[in-house]
Amino acid sequence: MELDREMLLHLYRTMTTIRHFEERGIPETGQRGMSGSVHSSAGQEAVPTGICAHLTVDDYIGSTHRGHGHCIAKGVDPKLMMAELFGRSTGPNKGKGGSMHIADMSKGMLGTNGVVAASIPLAVGAGLTSKLRNLGRVAVAFFGDGGANQGVLHECMNLASVWKLPVIFCCENNGYAESTPVEYALSTARVADRAAGYDMPGIHVDGMDVFDVFEAAGEAVRRARSGEGPSLLECRTYRYYGHTVFDNPLSYRTQEEQDYWRNRDPLKLFRERVADGGLVSLTELDQMDEEATEMMEDAIRFADESPLPEPLEIYDDVYVDYPKDMMKRGINLEV
Amino acid sequence: MTTAMTPTTTRELRYREAINEALRQEMERDETVIIMGEEIAGGAGREHLGIVDAWGGPFRTTVGLIQQFGNQRVLDTPLSEAAFVGTAIGAASTGMRAVAELMFVDFVGVCMDQLLNNAAKMRYMFGGQVTVPFTMLTRIGAGFGSAAQHSESFYSIFSHIPGLKGVVPSDPYTAKGLLIAAIRDDDPVVYFEHKGLYGDMGPVPEEPYAIPLGKARTVRSGSDITLVGISRMTWVCTEAADELAKEGVNAEVIDLLSVSPIDYDLIIDSVRRTHRLVVVDEDTPVCSLASDICARVAEEAFDYLDAPPSRVTAPHTPVPYSRPLENVYVPNAARVVGTVQRLVKRG
Repeated sequence: MELDREMLLHLYRTMTTIRHFEERGIPETGQRGMSGSVHSSAGQEAVPTGICAHLTVDDYIGSTHRGHGHCIAKGVDPKLMMAELFGRSTGPNKGKGGSMHIADMSKGMLGTNGVVAASIPLAVGAGLTSKLRNLGRVAVAFFGDGGANQGVLHECMNLASVWKLPVIFCCENNGYAESTPVEYALSTARVADRAAGYDMPGIHVDGMDVFDVFEAAGEAVRRARSGEGPSLLECRTYRYYGHTVFDNPLSYRTQEEQDYWRNRDPLKLFRERVADGGLVSLTELDQMDEEATEMMEDAIRFADESPLPEPLEIYDDVYVDYPKDMMKRGINLEV
Repeated sequence: MTTAMTPTTTRELRYREAINEALRQEMERDETVIIMGEEIAGGAGREHLGIVDAWGGPFRTTVGLIQQFGNQRVLDTPLSEAAFVGTAIGAASTGMRAVAELMFVDFVGVCMDQLLNNAAKMRYMFGGQVTVPFTMLTRIGAGFGSAAQHSESFYSIFSHIPGLKGVVPSDPYTAKGLLIAAIRDDDPVVYFEHKGLYGDMGPVPEEPYAIPLGKARTVRSGSDITLVGISRMTWVCTEAADELAKEGVNAEVIDLLSVSPIDYDLIIDSVRRTHRLVVVDEDTPVCSLASDICARVAEEAFDYLDAPPSRVTAPHTPVPYSRPLENVYVPNAARVVGTVQRLVKRG
C-alpha cells in the first residue's frame, strides 16, 4: 500500500512515542511508589498506531488496562499522561484515575479501563450517538484476547451488527490473558473467525506490522463511516513484558518465543520496510527516537513539578450535583 | 424544583400513565433523549406486516412512544442487558440523554458491571471530564407470584454505590415528577417502578414538572412515632397509621422518594419531635436502606430517642413463590402496627 511521507513519519513518531513512554514512564512511576496496576504495551505499538491513523480527533475509542498506546495514538498528550501516572492533579483525570483510567474526552478517548471488556459497550454507545445524530464519527473498541472471551463483547458485536453501528471491534491478541495462553483459553485459532456469527467481516492481520494493520483498519473505518456497519479486526501482536511489572513472563513462556517476537519488533519492521523506499531516511527516524527520549524527560519533569491533589479533593467529581454534606456526613477525614 | 401548576390542568392518571407521560414530554422537550430496552415497543422490525408497538412495554409504560418518536429514538433491543445498558451509558457520555429499561431489577446481575464500573465511576475516574445523563428504569416489588428472580426490591445495592442516584416513586404524581427530574439530571439515576402501583390513580398535572431528587415528603403528620416508607411501603405505613390512630397513637409518615441522596434531615427533624422511628422496607434487612436510616438516626438523634430505631422489612430470604409464603415475605400493616405497639409501650 502506498503511503505518503507525512503518514510514514506520523506512524513512526507515534510508535516510538509509545515505546518511549512505556520504557521510561513505567519504571519512573514505579520509583515513585505507584507501580501497582500499570501494564506496558511495549511490543504492541503497531496496533493503535495503524488504527488511529485513520481517525480524527472527533472519533472515539474505548481502551483497556493496557491502554497507554491507545491514548498516545489518539492524541492524548504524553506529558499529561505521565502526570496522571504519577498521581498529579495536572493529569487529565486530576490524579483520580491513573494508568487504568486515563481518559481525554477532548480527544474522543473514552478511557482506559480496568475491567476486561468493560469499555466495549461505551464505544458502541459512542457509535450509537454518532449514528443517531448523524455525526459521521466512528468508534473503536479495543480489547485483548482475554476480552475476546467476555460475554459483553459478544452481546455488543450482536447489537452493533443489528443496529449497523459505526464501530470497529479491535482485538489485540498478544498471546496471553495474564499468564494464560490463547491456545488454552480460546476455542478458536482466530478471534476474527467469531465475526461470522455476527454477520460482520472478520480480519486477521499481523499486529507487528503497522502497514498491515493500517491497511485493514482503513477498510474497517471506511465501512463504519459509510454506514455499512461494524467489523472485527484481530491483530496478532506480543507484549514484551509481563502482565504487570510484578509478573515474570518467563514463568509461563520461553525465552525462545520472546526472542522470536522481539525480532519482529514493530519499529524494527518499519525501518526495514521503509529503508529502500526513499521517502524517509533512517536518520530521520533516529531523530524521532531522540525527540521521543526528550519528550519523556520533559514529561517526567512536568509531572514531578506538578502539584499532588489536596486530600479533600477526594469528594470532587463523584457527581455533577449531590449534597456535599451528605457525602461527608458522619465521616471526618480531617481527624 | 417543583414547577408551579394550575389546578385546571391536573387530572387523574394511573401510575403507569404518569410514567408514560413523563417519557413522552421529555422526549418532546429534548431531542437527545432516547430510550432503549427489551419489548419497550415490541414486535420490532415487523413494520412491513403492519406491526408496530406490539407490546408498548412489558407493563405498557412505553406505549405509543415509537409511533411518535420513531425507532431511532425508541430502540427495542435484543435480550442483551450488558450490551444495551452499557451502550446507553456510552451514548450518555457522548451527548445523548439516554434512558434504558431493565425489565426487572433482579436482572441487574447480567449488567451490573456497566452500572458499577462505568456509569457510577466514569466521572470520578476521569476527573470530572464526563457527564453521564443516564437513567435506568427498572421494576421492584413482590406479591405477584413471580418468585425469586422477578420480585426483588433491592434498591439498597444502588444506594450503596457512590456515583449513582436512585428514586422510588410511590404514586402517579411522584412517578411523573421524579422521572422528569431523573432524565434531566446529569448524573446516572436508577428509577424504581413498583409493580404493585401501576394501576393506582392519582392527580397529575398535565404540564411537565420535576420533583427534586434527594427530597422525601411527609404524607401524614403525627407526634408519637415516625414511620418511613419506601415506595409502596409508604401506603403500608399510612394503613398502619390509620389503625394506630384508633388506639390513640399518632404516627407521622414519611415517603422516602429518593434512595440516593437520602433525605436524612427530614427524617431526623421528625424523630426529634416523635422520639421513635420505624423504617418499613420491602428489601431484605441486612445492610439495607432501613438499617442505614436507623444507624444515621442513632448517630445523630440518639438523645431524642425513647425507643430503639427499628425496622420492618422482608426476611433475609429470596422471594418465595407459593401464596402463603409470599404473603409473609412482604411487610404489611399488621407487622408495622405490632412493631409500633411494642415501641410505644417502652415509654
